[in-house]
Amino acid sequence: MTPPLPRALRPKPPRPGSKPGRNGASANGATGGGDPKALKKARKQAQREAMKQQALEVPIAMLGWLDERTGSTPFLRAFLFRKTPQGTNWYYTLGSATMFAFVNQAVTGVVLAMYYNPSTTQAYGSVRHIINDVFLGELVRGMHKWGSTVMVVLVFLHMGRTFFFGAYKYPRELNWIIGVVLLILTMAMSFTGYLLPFDQRAFWATVVGVNINASGPILGPYLADFLRGGAEFGTTTLSRFYAIHMLVIPGLIAALIGAHLYLVAKLGTSAPPWLKAEKARELAEEEI
Amino acid sequence: MDQRQREQYLREYGIQKSKGKPFFPYAILKDGTMACITLAVIILLAVILGAEIGPKADPTTTSYDPRPEWYFFFLFELLRVIKPPAIVFIATIGIPTVCMVLLILLPFIDRNPERHPARRPVATFTGITVIALMTYLTVSGALAGPPGTISLKTPPQYQAGKLVAAESGCQGCHKIGENGNPGPGPNLTHIGARLPRNAIARTLVNPTAPMPSFSALKRQNPKKFNQLVDFLAQLK
Repeated sequence: MTPPLPRALRPKPPRPGSKPGRNGASANGATGGGDPKALKKARKQAQREAMKQQALEVPIAMLGWLDERTGSTPFLRAFLFRKTPQGTNWYYTLGSATMFAFVNQAVTGVVLAMYYNPSTTQAYGSVRHIINDVFLGELVRGMHKWGSTVMVVLVFLHMGRTFFFGAYKYPRELNWIIGVVLLILTMAMSFTGYLLPFDQRAFWATVVGVNINASGPILGPYLADFLRGGAEFGTTTLSRFYAIHMLVIPGLIAALIGAHLYLVAKLGTSAPPWLKAEKARELAEEEI
Repeated sequence: MDQRQREQYLREYGIQKSKGKPFFPYAILKDGTMACITLAVIILLAVILGAEIGPKADPTTTSYDPRPEWYFFFLFELLRVIKPPAIVFIATIGIPTVCMVLLILLPFIDRNPERHPARRPVATFTGITVIALMTYLTVSGALAGPPGTISLKTPPQYQAGKLVAAESGCQGCHKIGENGNPGPGPNLTHIGARLPRNAIARTLVNPTAPMPSFSALKRQNPKKFNQLVDFLAQLK
């Protein structure tokens, strides 16, 4: 037994006055003329319609199968066909662009991880290998390196938009907080990733960075020891940074992006503030 | 916002939303376009600027340039502004932590129900000021010269030590004569007059944060280390 179809996918009943032929009913329309050519054409068209219907059955049946087992159709429909408020403009694409930059980092990062070797003796050589020998390796590494810059810029632009549009106010306070945590995690991503190529600049900048952490009161020295994996910079430091960079923080970021998006879908994106101001003025004029 | 204002907002938002267009396909078309632009920019940057890699990291060599990624320059500059070692932690940990806490608490600090930037002048002004400050710090961090040469006149027996100092990136954070950056570290032009030779050596091995330690150099190349200390000790 086939499951009931979601309403959006059910075949629509023919509209009154509409031409027959859409639902395979073209046969009677063709009987009027005795022209064999027209008859042939009509038959061919009917055949094509029937095949189209059959082809449509496949995705409908698949979607129905999925829906029966997951109940995801109402959720997907609510997500895709939810309304965005009037005045939604290009500024509202900054968030999704940030997420896209993160996806770019994830994909290029996976490719780099296939060749990278996080040990103090091998790391530099494996990065050289990626740049010089691996097919398109330099491009992928460049996309990862510059993708981080683009992502940070987009994060700040997205935050600026949210700030100046007052979009962090009721009822979206929690989403702002999640966003700030995502900003901190993005910066932590950049900090841990900077060491991985293990060239001079990466090494010494990270030494200074960890020393900066160590200067913090009370917890600072412990945090620095944790990052280094001991009192001195060594192989543990590199593998530790690598694990944090490619396992811990990306997992956190992905989970928090999920929460961020859930809240966006649930609460809706904010409308541009000037629309409200205009409306208020209109109302005030009416009242006068 | 009190209960009435919240309800009013939800009501107005409901009207605005009912007048809007569905996410699919209208908003998603814009998002998709933006995603394509983002990818194009990333690929262009990767192709044009490339991803060069410097010489291999070596804790014993001393030619390095401890600079972070450009978007950390504003934090690095903060160190240059706040110099006294006793309060360095204010610049390194204090200010960033306070900023992040303030940022997280923003929705609870700013309780003004207005949303238009022109109708909340304090918030807008603060935002613009913070952006201007960060831009200023980033730009001055980017313009700070990399460590390089020392044009100071030196007696011939200290020439070797001068070379080590020039290679060691001291001038990323210290001023020596006409060269180097005036911070975060103290001016070294007359360091020999202020500190005896032993104290200089001790500081190099066991410095105050965030300066990196030169203990690896001392262990693996004591001659170079001593040349460096000699050079610094004669700066009077």
